[in-house]
Amino acid sequence: MKTDFKKIATDGIITNNPTLKLVLGTCPTLALTTMAMNGIGMGAAVTFVLICSNILVSLLRKVIPSKVRIPAFVLIIATFVTIVRLLLDKFLPDIYESLGLYLPLIVVNCIILARAESFASKNGVLASAADGLFMGLGFTIALTLMGAVREVLGSGALFGIKLWDFQIGFFAQSSGAFFTYGVFIALFAFASNLIANKRRKLSAKQVDNTKEVQ
Amino acid sequence: MEYLMIVVSAMFINNFVVVQFLGICPFLGVSKDFKSALGMGLAVTFVMTLTCLITYPIYTFLLVPLGIEYLEIIVFIFVIASLVQMIEMALKKFSPTLYNAMGIYLPLITTNCAVLGVAELVIDSAQIASLINISASSMNLGFAVLYGIFAGLGFTLSIVLMSGMREKIARLPIAKSLKGFPIAMISASFIAMAFYVFALI
Repeated sequence: MKTDFKKIATDGIITNNPTLKLVLGTCPTLALTTMAMNGIGMGAAVTFVLICSNILVSLLRKVIPSKVRIPAFVLIIATFVTIVRLLLDKFLPDIYESLGLYLPLIVVNCIILARAESFASKNGVLASAADGLFMGLGFTIALTLMGAVREVLGSGALFGIKLWDFQIGFFAQSSGAFFTYGVFIALFAFASNLIANKRRKLSAKQVDNTKEVQ
Repeated sequence: MEYLMIVVSAMFINNFVVVQFLGICPFLGVSKDFKSALGMGLAVTFVMTLTCLITYPIYTFLLVPLGIEYLEIIVFIFVIASLVQMIEMALKKFSPTLYNAMGIYLPLITTNCAVLGVAELVIDSAQIASLINISASSMNLGFAVLYGIFAGLGFTLSIVLMSGMREKIARLPIAKSLKGFPIAMISASFIAMAFYVFALI
């Protein structure tokens, strides 16, 4: 079976973006988007866990009996989260501090379990690793973008660098988190509807053309 | 006084959903009508209380003396998963009415970050002590369980408020791209604004 890496890439980053389209893993998204840097840190941690767990689940997919597959997946994910936590604590203590409680909570992040269940347990190792990478990237990009918007509006800075003194406290608070996320999902849905409509019109036109030629 | 502080802190000032962003998935997923929101809230409260009651002693009296604190995530997630499974079986056997009311929400609770979140929070004695205004050394099982109960009730409160808002919103004409999650998020933003008042106390 030939794996379509281009499709996996567009699926993970755009069509099935875990944060903006599937709305999975909402807790860290809302909590950590106060700063763009947090988005990159959390995104990298999740991407690492996602790639590793996808690879291991895919390798073990013929060994794990389907009745106990969910506990087995959770155990695999929990192991990798523990590894990430120990590594970050040792080498990047600043990021470890800023992710705080949300680092152990990667275990119950629905994205990872959902990918293990719906993709890695049915596909080969290479495809699963690619799926983990691009789903993780989609998550990272969405979090970083949202973090950048909230950081610029809420504290007048970007990646910790002060831009100006103007700031709207609302965006730094929890209500701003919900509001920004809501607006992002709405814009994403609006844009994808627009594109889908355009494509439909284009293909309809092509059908018309072929009919005329006939 | 300390107990009052736990109640106010866990339910309002540090409300699990709208301030700490824990348990957002059920908050958005099961808040379409009042009845199921209340059922979910109470089921989560129940599991959170029992989780605190079990994980706190396991951590303090087993993992810490043995020096294997780093296994906490794996141990906790297994405690929660088996706890949920056991509650489900017990309810099915002893109280079929309660099972019918709560049963469908129970499997969802395993992957609810509010439950793992409360387990992780109560063992971090420095953080929890600053949240409920006690000294870190006086933290004990009683405080942990109380925190679990009231954090769960705080979750129930916000999910019930949310369901009320969404029942109203469902009857309003809303732009197509705002339907579903976006409008729910924006209404949650108003609930969060209301809760922000408590942080000023």
